[in-house]
Amino acid sequence: MDIFETIVAKAAGVSAASPLAGALSLRSDIMELTENSHQASLRPNQLGGLSHAERAGLACRIAKRNNEPVLARHYETLFSVGSQTLADTGFDGGDDARLRAIIRHTDLVTLNPKDAKAEDVSALRSAGLDDPDIVRLSELIAFVAYQIRVVAGLRLMAEVA
Amino acid sequence: MSEPIKEFTTKVPFWQPRVTPLELDQASDEQLNAMKVTVSNTKIGEYTLVLALDPETLQQRTPLFNGIMYGRGGLSRSETELGAVAASVVNQCIYCAAVHADRYNQLTKSETVMDSIFADGADAEIDERQKALLEFATKLSKCPSEATKADVERLVENSLSMGEILDLVLSASLFGWANRLMHVLGDPLPQD
Repeated sequence: MDIFETIVAKAAGVSAASPLAGALSLRSDIMELTENSHQASLRPNQLGGLSHAERAGLACRIAKRNNEPVLARHYETLFSVGSQTLADTGFDGGDDARLRAIIRHTDLVTLNPKDAKAEDVSALRSAGLDDPDIVRLSELIAFVAYQIRVVAGLRLMAEVA
Repeated sequence: MSEPIKEFTTKVPFWQPRVTPLELDQASDEQLNAMKVTVSNTKIGEYTLVLALDPETLQQRTPLFNGIMYGRGGLSRSETELGAVAASVVNQCIYCAAVHADRYNQLTKSETVMDSIFADGADAEIDERQKALLEFATKLSKCPSEATKADVERLVENSLSMGEILDLVLSASLFGWANRLMHVLGDPLPQD
C-alpha cells in the first residue's frame, strides 16, 4: 500500500514530497491499518443490519458535524441510494423509527460522547437493532471520529513543518 | 448491581457491558481469529467479547491500537499515555482514563501529574512540555477540533519532533475512537 495514496494522507494534503513524509513513513503500519479500518467500517463484507449506503451517509454526516468538508466529500464518493438523506444534518429520520434512533445516536456520540447513557443503547434496541448492529454502528461512529482527528492533526502539522 | 463510577480515578474499574458479549463457544472462525490478536490475553475480557460481535473492525483495530500505544521510537510511552488520558478526560470515559492514568503513573513513578489533570483538566499545573501536550490533545479531542497551528508551534518550541507530534495526534485520535466504544457500550463499576 502507498501510504501517500491513503484517504488520510490525501485529505490532509500530505504527499511523498511533504516535509512530513519521513514522519509518516515511520508510521506506515499505522497508516495501512487506518486504511484497512476504513474498509472494515465503511465497506465491510459482513454488513449486518447497516448497509454500505447507510454507513457512507452517516460517515458524511459525522464529518459535517465536525466541520470537516474534505472528508465529507470523500464519504460522498461512497454514496449509493439512501446515503444523501442520512448525510443531511437537517434530517432527523422523519417517520422511520429505526433511522430516527440511528441518527439520534450518531449525533449524540459524535458531538457529546460523554452524555451517552445506558438508555441510549436501549433506545437503539427498541428501534430494532440487535447487539451486533449496535457494536457495528458504534465502531463506525468511533472510527470516523478517529479518522477526522488524524486528518485535522496532520493538516496542522503540515502548516508548521 | 453497584452504581457506575462517576469520578476520575486511577483505580481501574470493572467494565460492565451494556450489550450481550459474544459467547466464546459460539464464536465463528473469523471472530476467534479477530480475538486472537489481542494483547497477551490469558483470559478474554468482556470488552473484547463485545467488540468481537463486529470481527472485521476488531481484526484491524487491535494491531492498530498496539502499534500506536506501544510502537517503537517516537513519543515516549508516558507521553503517549498522556494523549490517551487527555482524550478520555474530554470524553469523560472513566474506564479509559483510569487505565491510562495508572499506566502513566507506573511509567513516571509519580502521581502528581495525573492528580492535577483529574482535578483541573486542561488547566492542570504541570510543566510546560506536559501542558503543551495536554492542551493540544484536549483541543483535538473536542468536536469539532479546536486545535490550531499555534498549538503545534508550541509543541515544537517544547522540543517535540514532527515524529513525536504525529504520535501524539495518533494517541489522542485513537482515544476519540476507544472512548466512543468504552463509554458508550459499558459502565465502569467498582472492582471486587
